[in-house]
Amino acid sequence: MNRTLTVLRAGPAMSVQDQGRAGYLAFGLSRSGAVDGLALLEGAALLGQDPRLAALEMGGMGGEFAVSETTRVALTGAPMRASIDGVNIQWNASHLLEAGQRLSIGAATSGSYGYLHLGGGINGAEVLGAQSAHLAAGIGKMLGDGDTVSIGPDTQTLTGQKIAAEPRFDGGTVRIVPSLQTEFFARSEIARFEATSFKRDTRGNRMGVRIIPDGDGFKTEAGLSVLSEVIVPGDVQVTGDGTPFVLLSECQTTGGYPRIGSVLPMDLPCVAQARAGATLQFQFVTLQEAVALERREAVRRKTLRGSVQPMIRNPHDIADLLSYQLISGATAGDDLERDIS
Amino acid sequence: MKNMQTATWPKVKTAGFDGFLISFGDQLNEPANRAALAFRDALERAGLAAVQETSTSLVSTYLRFDPLAFDHEAMRGELTALLAERNWFDADLPKGRKLWRVPTVYEGDFAPQLDEAAQAAGLTTAEAIASISTSRVRVQTIGFAPGMPYLGALPEVWNIPRQTALNAQTPAGGLCVAIRQLVLFPVATPTGWRHIGQTAFRLFRPETDAPFALRPGDEVVFEQTTPEAFAKMQNDPDGGAVNEVIA
Repeated sequence: MNRTLTVLRAGPAMSVQDQGRAGYLAFGLSRSGAVDGLALLEGAALLGQDPRLAALEMGGMGGEFAVSETTRVALTGAPMRASIDGVNIQWNASHLLEAGQRLSIGAATSGSYGYLHLGGGINGAEVLGAQSAHLAAGIGKMLGDGDTVSIGPDTQTLTGQKIAAEPRFDGGTVRIVPSLQTEFFARSEIARFEATSFKRDTRGNRMGVRIIPDGDGFKTEAGLSVLSEVIVPGDVQVTGDGTPFVLLSECQTTGGYPRIGSVLPMDLPCVAQARAGATLQFQFVTLQEAVALERREAVRRKTLRGSVQPMIRNPHDIADLLSYQLISGATAGDDLERDIS
Repeated sequence: MKNMQTATWPKVKTAGFDGFLISFGDQLNEPANRAALAFRDALERAGLAAVQETSTSLVSTYLRFDPLAFDHEAMRGELTALLAERNWFDADLPKGRKLWRVPTVYEGDFAPQLDEAAQAAGLTTAEAIASISTSRVRVQTIGFAPGMPYLGALPEVWNIPRQTALNAQTPAGGLCVAIRQLVLFPVATPTGWRHIGQTAFRLFRPETDAPFALRPGDEVVFEQTTPEAFAKMQNDPDGGAVNEVIA
């Protein structure tokens, strides 16, 4: 039998996302994929599975879900209130969801995009080599009430694990490298850009987010006469009125507005996750510094699985406490998994 | 001379953390457009292991690579060496190019800004239709949205600016004009370009083996058709368009 997840009630911006489809830039198609790529890695680490598996991305809030057969789930990204049949469950953790139970995921308490991962991943149709919806391009769709997704085969049983998520849900300082058109901006404008605090605007989606400076907008001599040029996620384009936009995974592939710089890939989740009103600042680093930072982060991400730990449960939350072997102060260590058979 | 390899062009710049842009000019011209396409082709054939993706824009070649596997200076060295191999400005256009004839309606609600565009170009509406519908334009680049072509160059009279305000939503298949170029939209989109005609040509077909209808270097004539004929073309993904290989 093919396991399925049913979306009983969908939040406003829910779609299937994996690491996206690179390779179509020449044809005007940006790669798409989860706007917080780190969340996919954290979910994969929690479930001990391939980070290329697709998950559900939930913008702003989650929804209600049920599975056709017992399924391992993990929750990462923007923390949201979550419960199974009314019992609160931890975020940044893996859980077991049994057939007939209802998983409820509410509004984000910080950040913008939460992720629901399934043991075995979402096993949907690939379009051009990926499952990621690309809403601007008309690939895939927003999921709605009653939609179902197919779940891939899961060979593992471990749940009850947690991971300490990299903080990225409340804005902060992100690193940026000079790019194509940075030199079109006067040094004084670059210095002012670094010294400025920005508020994430209410206008933002998977294509990009608008950030409002606490002072004047940013100007360049080149102005609007810049020839349309390639755009990549992370680019900070300065629009006609001087307000910057940071581009994300579903951005257009070319643009005529000058780019003041480009956010380091490792810091882009912090921009994507900043909610409306969150404060962001930018700090230029050299390419050499950027390479060193990304190298260190690549190593950390490769070893994420090592930072996964069993959840320590409060005895009050354990319904069947008496069935646990407590006399010696230790258990066989499989209590959290043994109900999966 | 614009079309000579000089001390100024081409320029090699880094683009973001993991890209390079090789620019053959700072304004659109045909030799620079050909150079960008030919250099991308050469880069693909060179098969550098760290290169993950290449593309072209109007007068530039872009590449994305893995800076953790191959450092920026080493990549710059490879690019400089490849650039020195020839004068890219006299490169030929890509092989296997096609000429497409795309039926287009230039009247009524299918062309809401045709009169206004004609006026900006100093033409009557009839003259504008005659000019646009007989111009053989080339795909200079694909970009912005999936499969979306920028085509040119139109006669000099069409050097009209984009609007300062955006159209709320121009439909998929909409033909729009500005700055001696035509664009054709794969999906409905807001735009500052003036909507002067309508096609039923599907530029992006993600569910098929050939998801992108046009390639840079292809040529297109947007031939005039009637609303009645157009109505019958709606269910054809090519929207009544026909093509032949030209080179």
